[in-house]
Amino acid sequence: MEFAFTSEQGMIAETVRGFFAENATSDRTRAAMAGEGIDRDLWSAFATELGLAGIGLPEDHGGAGLGMVELAIVAEAAGAQVAALPLLGHGMVGQAIARGGSDLQKAQWLPRLAAGELICTAAWEPQVSIGDGRLSGTLNFLPHGASADLLLVHAGGDAWLVELKGAGIAVQRHVTMDQTRPLATVTLDHAAATKLEDGAAAIAGALAAGWICLAAEALGGAQETLDRTVGYARERVQFGRPVGSFQAYKHRLADMMIEIEQARSAVYWAACAVDEGSDEAPLALHAAKAFCADTFQMCAGNMIQLHGGIGFTWEHDAHLFFKRARSILTLLGDGPWHREQVARMVLGAAA
Amino acid sequence: MKLGFSPADEAFRAECADWLQDQMAVPFADIRGIANLCDAIPRRKEWEQQLAAHRWSCIGWPEEWGGRGATLAQQVIFAEEYARAGAPNRINHIGVELAGPTILAFGTQAQKAKYLPGIAGGTQIWCQGFSEPNAGSDLANVRTRARRDGEEWVVNGQKVWTSLAHYSDMIFVIARSEEGSKGPKGLSFLLLDVDQPGIEVRPIRQMNGEAEFNETFLTDARCPADAMLGAAGEGWKVAMGLLAFERGVSTLGQQMQFRNELDAVIAAARANGQANDPVIRQRIAGAEIGLRLMRYGALRMLSNTDLAKIDGAALTYKIQWATWRRDLGELAMDVLGQAGEIAAGDHYAWAPLPNMYLFSRSDTIYGGTNQIQRNLIAERGLGLPREPRGDL
Repeated sequence: MEFAFTSEQGMIAETVRGFFAENATSDRTRAAMAGEGIDRDLWSAFATELGLAGIGLPEDHGGAGLGMVELAIVAEAAGAQVAALPLLGHGMVGQAIARGGSDLQKAQWLPRLAAGELICTAAWEPQVSIGDGRLSGTLNFLPHGASADLLLVHAGGDAWLVELKGAGIAVQRHVTMDQTRPLATVTLDHAAATKLEDGAAAIAGALAAGWICLAAEALGGAQETLDRTVGYARERVQFGRPVGSFQAYKHRLADMMIEIEQARSAVYWAACAVDEGSDEAPLALHAAKAFCADTFQMCAGNMIQLHGGIGFTWEHDAHLFFKRARSILTLLGDGPWHREQVARMVLGAAA
Repeated sequence: MKLGFSPADEAFRAECADWLQDQMAVPFADIRGIANLCDAIPRRKEWEQQLAAHRWSCIGWPEEWGGRGATLAQQVIFAEEYARAGAPNRINHIGVELAGPTILAFGTQAQKAKYLPGIAGGTQIWCQGFSEPNAGSDLANVRTRARRDGEEWVVNGQKVWTSLAHYSDMIFVIARSEEGSKGPKGLSFLLLDVDQPGIEVRPIRQMNGEAEFNETFLTDARCPADAMLGAAGEGWKVAMGLLAFERGVSTLGQQMQFRNELDAVIAAARANGQANDPVIRQRIAGAEIGLRLMRYGALRMLSNTDLAKIDGAALTYKIQWATWRRDLGELAMDVLGQAGEIAAGDHYAWAPLPNMYLFSRSDTIYGGTNQIQRNLIAERGLGLPREPRGDL
């Protein structure tokens, strides 16, 4: 038992923090927001120069063979800069194939995912019908769905991969509040699909990766809103004092830190529990997703309030965090849904 | 990063679980599950001595002083198994968790030899004399005075909120030993026998009807010249070192008590049907999540071996648990409904959950109020400017 980063994990954290702080700049992110919500150059550098697109994928298929803890480290650092990257779908689809794919399916897809060649997305609670191995239905709210090459759908207890450039597929891009992760609607009309070998394992792997990715992004984002607001609190002078010397102000910052420290425990508890196959993993995942999303929402809202008027402008980055926090709250199950899952574990189903 | 325990640790778990469960099954069954710090004190002193006889009283201490030099993982395991067995709250936790580690860190060899065996052996119960009527949140404003008289220190003043002083054998106090000094300078850290004519202990009745806290009056109280930890005038440093131990492994035992309290709330909600109410379900889930995060926050804090650096998990821990428990008290009463507001007998004495509801209002005050905690977090954790100090 040692609930701290190993030296290798510490080095990965340092590397990715530096990479995103240097490259996922506000200007670049805003350029991506005006387009498809993906900084393609950043994605390419992330995958090829750092070789991190395959961090949680098996080594014999081009990945780094590391686990959810390392995936969380990457997502935390990306979230801290609100990087416009398709990490969520990538993590979910990668884990679905790694855990539920046949050897052939792994060999077919994983090297391309590890190389960052594919943009992936995944559907949450889809309504689709299956006939002759083809899927039909309307899939809503797909993150980076309009850019995606590969879609993961779970239907009828199975997990399916759909190549989105194929026939019988219509994609509608939406103007989305969080422009770093625009949503799309995909309509399938007898679209060709590949069934993964072990559907249950694929879905479990995808959801674990998705919840950890979102929780870790939220953690990184929340910590960054705190750090940036602390910087402002030291410099901004009113009434002849730095505003950060007023208790009404500093206590809100302290409240942010209190929540963030718990969010940090939540993310790495969940990631460790999944990696170690612990019985606590399901509870930890729901706890992490619910708690970290709430924390980020609170912190991003405080960032705006504590910056005053400038925090409400388009020019300032506060709204990037605030909008990302909103999207994390709703993606892959909202807070009440996750807490109800915890309540079922503790209390059983309601009568 | 690793959460699982090694096979050697699991063997250790089996060893201490067996012993604790045997003890609670027969010899000490009468004090099983006691959570407060008022009841069955003589029997609980015997329990402390039984723990000591089998070297379980202070397992984190070095072996030469009665401990086992236990690893962090072993201390975590012992705290878990202690609670699982239903063993009673430790009446000497101030001795074992605060006084002992402070003496180990700051004491001379002679002081260690004089004080540690009584703590490790469960024969000397300790209490803490820090707060005063005018030195609560502003702890450095201590007015209790210590003056040298030959081979003794003579202490005069008043301490307050000294929990457990009514059955303690020893008290540690901070007192002003340099006349005219102010704030943290000129304070000394002294160790006194409670049983002496110069010390009078008066219980304070709390809002829940119980009396765990006391006022302690020192009127020409005496201790030998060598009953001082650290140098004269450097007591603040020792006191701050002691407060760091407050965030140590003892937190894990406390969490097991919280576990039992949350389980009692869950059982009550199941029994009266509130477990079907969607709002109550959300709140119970929130409490469950909060408790788990407390555990992993403590493990992060304890896994940080760089003691020079107080990390964020340690700095935020007090306000986190205090607020969690206060909220649990409110949840407990909402689950119980009006039945929770009726005492079982003819006395103003409460069942565990209503009692916890009342008592938990002290959690956000003692050991540094939530407001003081936020100041500490903002100033030490975030490096924000200090609050300007007044002159009154």
